[in-house]
Amino acid sequence: MFLFGACLVLLVGITATMIFFVVRYRRSKNPEPTSQVSGSPLLEVIWTLLPTILVMGMFYYGWTSYLSLRTVPKNAMQVKAEARMWSWDFIYQNGKHSPKLVVPVGRPVQVNLESEDVIHGFYVPAFRIKRDVVPGMKNHVWFVASSPGSYDLFCSQYCGTGHSAMITTVEAVPADKFEAWLNEKAAEGGAAKGKALLESHGCLGCHSLDGSTKVGPTFKGLYGSQVKVTRGGKAETVKVDEAYLRESILNPGAAIVEGFPPIMPKSDIPEGDLKVMVEFLEGEK
Amino acid sequence: MSQETATAEGGFWSDSGKTGIGSWIFSTDHKRIGLMYLYCVLSFFMVGVLLGVLIRLELIAPGPTIVTAQTYNALFTVHGVVMIFLFIIPGIPASFGNLVLPIQLGARDVAFPRVNLFSWWLYVIGAVIVLVSLFTGGGAPDTGWTFYVPFSARTTTNVSLAVFGVFILGFSSILTGINFVTTIHRMRAPGMNWTRIPLFTWSLYATAWVQILATPIIAITLLLVVTERVLGLGLFDPSRGGDPIMFQHMFWIYSHPAVYIMILPGMGVISDIIPVFSRKPIFGYKMIAFSSLAIAAAGSAVWGHHMYTSGMSDLGVMVFSFLTFLVAIPSAIKVFNWVSTMYKGSISLEAPMLFALSFILLFSIGGLSGLILGAASTDIHVHDTHFVVGHFHYVMFGGTGFAFFAAAHYWLPKYFGRRYEEKPAIIGWVLMFIGFNVLYFTMQVLGMEGMPRRYYDYLPEFARLNFVATVGSWIMVAGILIVLWNLWRGLLKGEPFTGNPWGGASLEWSIPTPPPTENFEEDPVVTHGPYDFKGAGVP
Repeated sequence: MFLFGACLVLLVGITATMIFFVVRYRRSKNPEPTSQVSGSPLLEVIWTLLPTILVMGMFYYGWTSYLSLRTVPKNAMQVKAEARMWSWDFIYQNGKHSPKLVVPVGRPVQVNLESEDVIHGFYVPAFRIKRDVVPGMKNHVWFVASSPGSYDLFCSQYCGTGHSAMITTVEAVPADKFEAWLNEKAAEGGAAKGKALLESHGCLGCHSLDGSTKVGPTFKGLYGSQVKVTRGGKAETVKVDEAYLRESILNPGAAIVEGFPPIMPKSDIPEGDLKVMVEFLEGEK
Repeated sequence: MSQETATAEGGFWSDSGKTGIGSWIFSTDHKRIGLMYLYCVLSFFMVGVLLGVLIRLELIAPGPTIVTAQTYNALFTVHGVVMIFLFIIPGIPASFGNLVLPIQLGARDVAFPRVNLFSWWLYVIGAVIVLVSLFTGGGAPDTGWTFYVPFSARTTTNVSLAVFGVFILGFSSILTGINFVTTIHRMRAPGMNWTRIPLFTWSLYATAWVQILATPIIAITLLLVVTERVLGLGLFDPSRGGDPIMFQHMFWIYSHPAVYIMILPGMGVISDIIPVFSRKPIFGYKMIAFSSLAIAAAGSAVWGHHMYTSGMSDLGVMVFSFLTFLVAIPSAIKVFNWVSTMYKGSISLEAPMLFALSFILLFSIGGLSGLILGAASTDIHVHDTHFVVGHFHYVMFGGTGFAFFAAAHYWLPKYFGRRYEEKPAIIGWVLMFIGFNVLYFTMQVLGMEGMPRRYYDYLPEFARLNFVATVGSWIMVAGILIVLWNLWRGLLKGEPFTGNPWGGASLEWSIPTPPPTENFEEDPVVTHGPYDFKGAGVP
């Protein structure tokens, strides 16, 4: 790589010269300075011009390869990415939602980035792409997954408590498998739908289903249990029932469970979805 | 402070006949103000180091280790705010600048001694407000030191008060800048023409202009964040016609030039130390002085390189990338001139020189990794990763931090009249240098592998290198503690330090040790340049 190579050569050159001078002209060997030269216009011109040419080369190289990162091929598949504290929701053109970015191998994909709250960053190290997801602004990235596999996708712009948990994957699959996945219908009603809704509304970024504690309390065994909460500055114990679940989802700041920070964002969830989600949670013993 | 006055003697420590805390905190003597800054910035440095160690300890293994995610976010925010606004920005200019600058010019004090004292008070008040914000309201800020909106406008933590503290610190910085510029223009001794000003003072001159011109912008920007939080004006909220990217532009218009407020004085320290310990005039005096001004000027127009991924226009990316590469040229000129100064000299590897030489190496690594960040395409991958964290620690700590310690070992004996021991200083330096590279070079590798910054938890593939980096932080902190302990003990109880043992040719080496309150018994007349060792009559 040209940039790294040039930097390395310069660094080694400077360091070697410095060490050579220190050894060659150390006081024990060279008790008196053997020169009092205090400058050289020719040398100054040389080492002004050389770095100038070098950095202009680096600039040009960096800029042209940046342009290819920004030029999206015309046949790119369009996917919308919605980022929120602290999860991703990918929406395909046929309306399908997915918490993972599933893409076909070999086809350019343009991801249109939208944020519901603060600034996030869409970062896939394997594809060398990164773009901030800014509320109120239309940003995009594009990439081609050239071989099947699972690639890490990070949030790169600091967005609060769950920032480092806001990770998912790009799943690159063969084209035929992708078509099948894209057109498979989510099961109507029941547990699968409930879980899918929790995923797509981002709940599972902070609340686990397996009993482990993440940013917020786990859903496992939550329904019917007694929890200590702080409501309006006063501590009280409540039994988790449907009313409590609904309140906690729609107005998360009302009652804060002891030991957890008051950071869950408010969300507008349609009544239909809410009903399915609460029913699902009631079944999570 | 009072402990010090009890042990250091002579010169400005006692010749005014005034003792006690009042003779310090209401003193207009630039040397006393400089030392008060020094004690403050060193205290905050230790706070910053402690927070940094806690961050590294949390990252020693994946998953929760010692603190919660919320505490971790506060840790790196406060580490950044303390290190940047309370240590590095005032670090060299306010402490060593106050101690050394008037004497190097042949002046009895700065142009506005009372304003100088007022700056120190503003610094203390600002610092106290920042500290209070950590323990009141919604708790320590968790926004990162960059205070990016909309997050900083939404979070329930105590951002408003912390930001107000930084606002006050800004005024301290502006007033110090005005004071130094005026002093350099108006207070030079007879014969001290512009090409006889030592390069340390030249660098402070360039720095002071940046402080005066850029700091008001951060002050306004931070006030806007407070109005956004308190009044909900919607300045940065797109749903009400605002723009979060505009905040980033305004923030970096100050905060990038602020990087030069931090590094230029460090470069000045190095330019003063290398000739003395090589017994040779500085190579290319005018080019070094000019390149300081060039860095200050060009560096004020490169802020957009923090925002390549933000959604800024591609034209913006091109312009800022181009300007960023221009700044590399004067920096390279400085490095070449420093190294050439050593050619055919008589080099003595004492503590100040070791810190100065390691500055050149660490700053070069930091600067060259900066080129990778400045190139538009490579930045996309490493932006907002640990590569950036490693890069700016190389420049800020490997550069300015090591220059700070070089300055401490070089100038402080002059002011205390006692010196530290050489051997522990060198052992401390070796540990700092090794630990530093283990810590921050590892971070750069982590960044190249794709580990984002400000991550409380990380994937298992990053575990090994994070462990290595944490071990590096312990080695480095051990070195810092040895160096500070050795300085502390030596300056209070060490061997007497008199005369001009290192053979410096600038004016501070021509006056008694410690300097008297008025610096010069009679007004000096300058007859030779700052690196004309023959002219100064030093061996």
